[in-house]
Amino acid sequence: MYEQMVKSRYYEDQMVEVYTEGKAPVFNIGAGPVPGEMHLSTGQEPAAVGICVHLTKDDTVTAPHRPHHHAIAKGVDLKKMTAEIFGKETGLGKGKGGHMHLFDPDVKFSCGGIVAAGIPHAAGAALASKMQGRDWVAVAFIGEGAANAGAFHESLNLAALWNLPLIVVVEDNSYGISVPKASSTAVASNDLRAAAYGISGAYVKGNDPIAMYKASEEAVARARAGQGPTIIEIETHRYLGHFQGDPELYRDKAEVPGLRQLDPILKLRNMLLEAEQVSEKEIEKIEKQAKKIVDEAYQFARDSKYPEPESALKDVFTS
Amino acid sequence: METAKKRILTGNKAMAEAIALEMERDPSVFVLGEDIGNYGGIFGSTQGLIEKFGAQRVLDTPISETAFIGAAIGAAAEGMRPVAELMFVDFFGVCMDQIYNHMAKIPYMSGGNVQLPMVLMTAVGGGYNDAAQHSQTLYATFGHMPGMKVVAPSTPYDLKGMMISAIRDDNPVLFMFHKSLQGLGWMEQLDVSAAHVPEEAYTVPLDKAKVVREGKDVTIVGVQMMTHYAVEAAERLAKEGIDAEVIDLRSIAPIDKDTILQSVKKTHRLFVVDEDYKSYGMTAEITAIVTEEVFYDLEAPPRRLANPDVPIPYSRPLEDFVIPNVERIYEQVKALMDEE
Ligand SMILES: Cc1ncc(C[n+]2csc(CCOP(=O)(O)OP(=O)(O)O)c2C)c(N)n1
Repeated sequence: MYEQMVKSRYYEDQMVEVYTEGKAPVFNIGAGPVPGEMHLSTGQEPAAVGICVHLTKDDTVTAPHRPHHHAIAKGVDLKKMTAEIFGKETGLGKGKGGHMHLFDPDVKFSCGGIVAAGIPHAAGAALASKMQGRDWVAVAFIGEGAANAGAFHESLNLAALWNLPLIVVVEDNSYGISVPKASSTAVASNDLRAAAYGISGAYVKGNDPIAMYKASEEAVARARAGQGPTIIEIETHRYLGHFQGDPELYRDKAEVPGLRQLDPILKLRNMLLEAEQVSEKEIEKIEKQAKKIVDEAYQFARDSKYPEPESALKDVFTS
Repeated sequence: METAKKRILTGNKAMAEAIALEMERDPSVFVLGEDIGNYGGIFGSTQGLIEKFGAQRVLDTPISETAFIGAAIGAAAEGMRPVAELMFVDFFGVCMDQIYNHMAKIPYMSGGNVQLPMVLMTAVGGGYNDAAQHSQTLYATFGHMPGMKVVAPSTPYDLKGMMISAIRDDNPVLFMFHKSLQGLGWMEQLDVSAAHVPEEAYTVPLDKAKVVREGKDVTIVGVQMMTHYAVEAAERLAKEGIDAEVIDLRSIAPIDKDTILQSVKKTHRLFVVDEDYKSYGMTAEITAIVTEEVFYDLEAPPRRLANPDVPIPYSRPLEDFVIPNVERIYEQVKALMDEE
């Protein structure tokens, strides 16, 4: 878990740098090696790693517009993923998808730019698993803002009705772009909404990876055993803007430095050391290794070629 | 000098000013949508409104498009004049039922007895590599369905004047603004996204195209970015002795046939350019209107340029390949001029 979190954080830190390249003097979203919108998940790592350690390649994950931490935790091919974000032909989608549209069928990962749209897809994967008599589960990650979309409520009702192995993980980072949770959501936390469908709900406080691990372990076991869906909401924090370039006028400047004091990675690191489960040296080795993998992925993306312009016309239909 | 006094506004500020003026004039006007309050709209079209009018009339909504667009319909039926924002037009999929089965049909199904004086504004356009779910224009999708006026202004002046007309109109108006023409700090800075806008309230009709460049050799019809590209291409063509007339369509529905037909009768050639998908699109519609009505005035078959029926790809060379640009307009108009 620690390794995945470090990898994810380092990946996003690098992305901040790369994304800024070429965008000055006047910030131009379309310029530089990584154009388009960029939603980073720095600070939200526990939500992804806490549950993905319980998953295998056969379990399905759908993620929203802020997908990198989930992709990394699910084991998406990091080189191809980075190349996709750079718009290169070696990317997961040959440069057609981009950062919000990553598809890696090898580890059953997908994401998308339409809020809440991944939940019914995960319900569908869960349905397929059930119809095929497997014990595979499906996890849909969403933000707390997305829990107010029709797709959330419709999918959970369906999943409850059909007793599907679906887990919806709601990452409560307090904001849907600029709108605070209190102005968007009529209940205090989304696990309470589980009652409306007669399913299980859990709330994880304090952006805590261990608590997330435990809540997820239960939910995954329940789903695998055919005991139906769960909503897990985790309190988490978005250290960066909604997207890179977000002026963030909707939150106090002091908020983020305060949140960074609660860093979950640092917390886990200290915990591991205190429990004497690993030595400082081993931790450093883990960190070094994670960074090496990320650096290689970025290098691969930079070295890869752009697709031929005419290839834009291909893949509208497959085969 | 007079020009020294002229006030320059970006597209987004012109829109926000139009809404503010109407809110001052008419207490039934209110605004709702995602991030339209403190954020001022992701594309700045509601900037400053919450400071002026407060959260009672400028309502940030949850991400529940079916509910808040449907609520705008319900409120409009009660005599309010809501201005709702669907952030990116691409998101219409989650709430289209409210838009085309209700907003666009209730006035008709009620035999004209229910009025829905509402505006639904939404951002369109690509060109900054935001990929397939955030870069569509979809003029034709909405133009295809009767029951709503669909407009797509191209200049700050028209953004203000047409927004005021849209709010005052007793019918539902779908107001499509182009991201690149809002003059935002985080988009490429285009000269055409800022221009002189008068301070007072004024209206621009919702059903009139505009001849933005007069010419005698060929008519080029475009909308939003494509109009601006067409003007640039026309300047280059002029250097080679080709005098193009450029029409800014402005209104997708109803479509202003007269302005187009008048122009083609003068130039005898038609070129239509669109950022939307080609098939069943705006270019097909205009070409059909012209061939139906003034076929014998044409000296060459009409030509059209649009997205080649693929979702908007992410990678820069791919997106550049599918979205029409100045160069391609220039080349294809030249080819059209070579036809007998
Ligand atoms: C259907 C739809 N509506 C609106 C948007 C625009 N949008 C993208 S992300 C977002 C906020 C999402 O908030 P939340 O679900 O809390 O996730 P977070 O960004 O905080 O991770 C919005 C409104 C969208 N992409 N799709």
